Amino acid sequence: MTFMLDFLEGLGAAALRVLARLGLATGFFQAVLARAPGSAKRFGLLVREVYFSGVRSLAIIVVSGLFVGMVLAVQGYEVLQRFGSADALGSLVALSLVRELGPVVAALLFAGRAGSAVTAEIGLMRATEQLAAMDMMAVDPITRVVAPRFLAAVASLPILAVIFSSAGVIGAYLVGVELIGIDSGAFWSQMSASVDFRLDVLNGLFKALVFGVAVGLISVFEGYHAAPTAEGVAGATTRTVVISSLSVLTLDFILTVLMFRGLN
Amino acid sequence: MPEPLDAPLIELKDVRFGYGGRLVLDGLDLTVPRGQILAVMGGSGSGKTSLLGLLGGRNIALSGSVKVDGNEVGSLNGAKLYALRRRMGMLFQFGALFTDLSVFENVAFPYREQTDLPEAVIRDLVLLKLEAVGLRGAADLAPSQLSGGMARRVALARAIALDPMLMFYDEPFTGLDPISAGIIGRLIQRLNVAFGMTSLLVTHDVNETLRIADRIVVISEGRIVRDMTPQELRSSDDRFIRQFADGLPDGPVPFHYPASPYAGQLLGDHDVHA
Repeated sequence: MTFMLDFLEGLGAAALRVLARLGLATGFFQAVLARAPGSAKRFGLLVREVYFSGVRSLAIIVVSGLFVGMVLAVQGYEVLQRFGSADALGSLVALSLVRELGPVVAALLFAGRAGSAVTAEIGLMRATEQLAAMDMMAVDPITRVVAPRFLAAVASLPILAVIFSSAGVIGAYLVGVELIGIDSGAFWSQMSASVDFRLDVLNGLFKALVFGVAVGLISVFEGYHAAPTAEGVAGATTRTVVISSLSVLTLDFILTVLMFRGLN
Repeated sequence: MPEPLDAPLIELKDVRFGYGGRLVLDGLDLTVPRGQILAVMGGSGSGKTSLLGLLGGRNIALSGSVKVDGNEVGSLNGAKLYALRRRMGMLFQFGALFTDLSVFENVAFPYREQTDLPEAVIRDLVLLKLEAVGLRGAADLAPSQLSGGMARRVALARAIALDPMLMFYDEPFTGLDPISAGIIGRLIQRLNVAFGMTSLLVTHDVNETLRIADRIVVISEGRIVRDMTPQELRSSDDRFIRQFADGLPDGPVPFHYPASPYAGQLLGDHDVHA
């Protein structure tokens, strides 16, 4: 009986902690959004953050995109040729990348490469009192430090998703056309015939934008609220990667259902 | 309405402050006239740093009045609080320099954020402040290349960038060798006169404090228990003051954290954490 009560009490306490954290994150999100227009005017700050988060993620995005595309081509060809439709490889690869893999994998990689770095940086700035010093100099740390990093994530991720998908298509072309020997004209024409700009490309971009908001917010939130110790910053960095990844996959399911349900 | 010049710069009346269910300050009264260098001393956790937080508007008192230059700090909204903070400077314990900016850019930061001065003027002002702390030659270094004492001097140059009326120093001597501590001490004194500031130091360092402070207050159990000049501190035979000034481990302030009787815990009680 005591065991049951302890269990229920623990469950309730955990639920309250999660709710309190969500409340804190919502308030923080509002504060960041309210300051975002002010930060956006500081174009130099924004460019610097886009460089650190976005441009510096290019290598991992391009290389991963290439390999994902190459694997898709090998696996796709293997299945499609059983049905005599190997020419449809271009459609298969492009649709998979543009609708799903581009935004999702780019977001997962972005959370691991840039999100974790943003969390660690803001967390250490807090631990070393740099944020407090800024605040005492009458400079709002949310406007100066947090909002530009959030905006940079929102701006970078759709572009990175496009680059990921493009690299994937090139990878699939190299394997499918150059290596396996599918007709190049069929590869491209199938692709251009089946990919719809609004339905596939814009929806994919919209997904990437939503993931950018989620990963950006989680990264700055965890950093800003990290305990000012080594364990605190380490824990916050881990949480950024774990919570971002789970959020991206959950949001992807919800968005996919909303976008593509009932189409076929 | 501007405050009359002879009005005190800082006035705290019956201030109570606490966090996490613990009352840190309990009925604290303190008045600081303009131009004074006041040292606030007390054991670790006695509420010295909380006091700085209250004056800078980073902490809000549970009750009582915290006035700086006639402004009730706790009741100021965002813009007004920032307007007041522009006239305050704070030196953090380990400097809190921005690690992604050079020494020059750290000192330039307040000018870039708070003024529209042309680049040439900012350059001259930064060099002037760096010269004041003797580190003009280090302008191009990164904070990671500085020693602890140098980092604190750069942070001091940054803190006085906008010529504040009031300077806070949070443990300015902690972790410094005697020469660096002496340099910081002399700078605090010199800048206070040169820029017509009022300075409030929170510190444990009795030697440096005796050398530079005009007045010393000691906080214990949430309130000011002693208020004296350095001369009075030197000649005092008060046991509490002697324990503090001479660094005696035991005295009116006990060495032991409160615990259950030692013998009882060793012999009878098997719970190590009891």
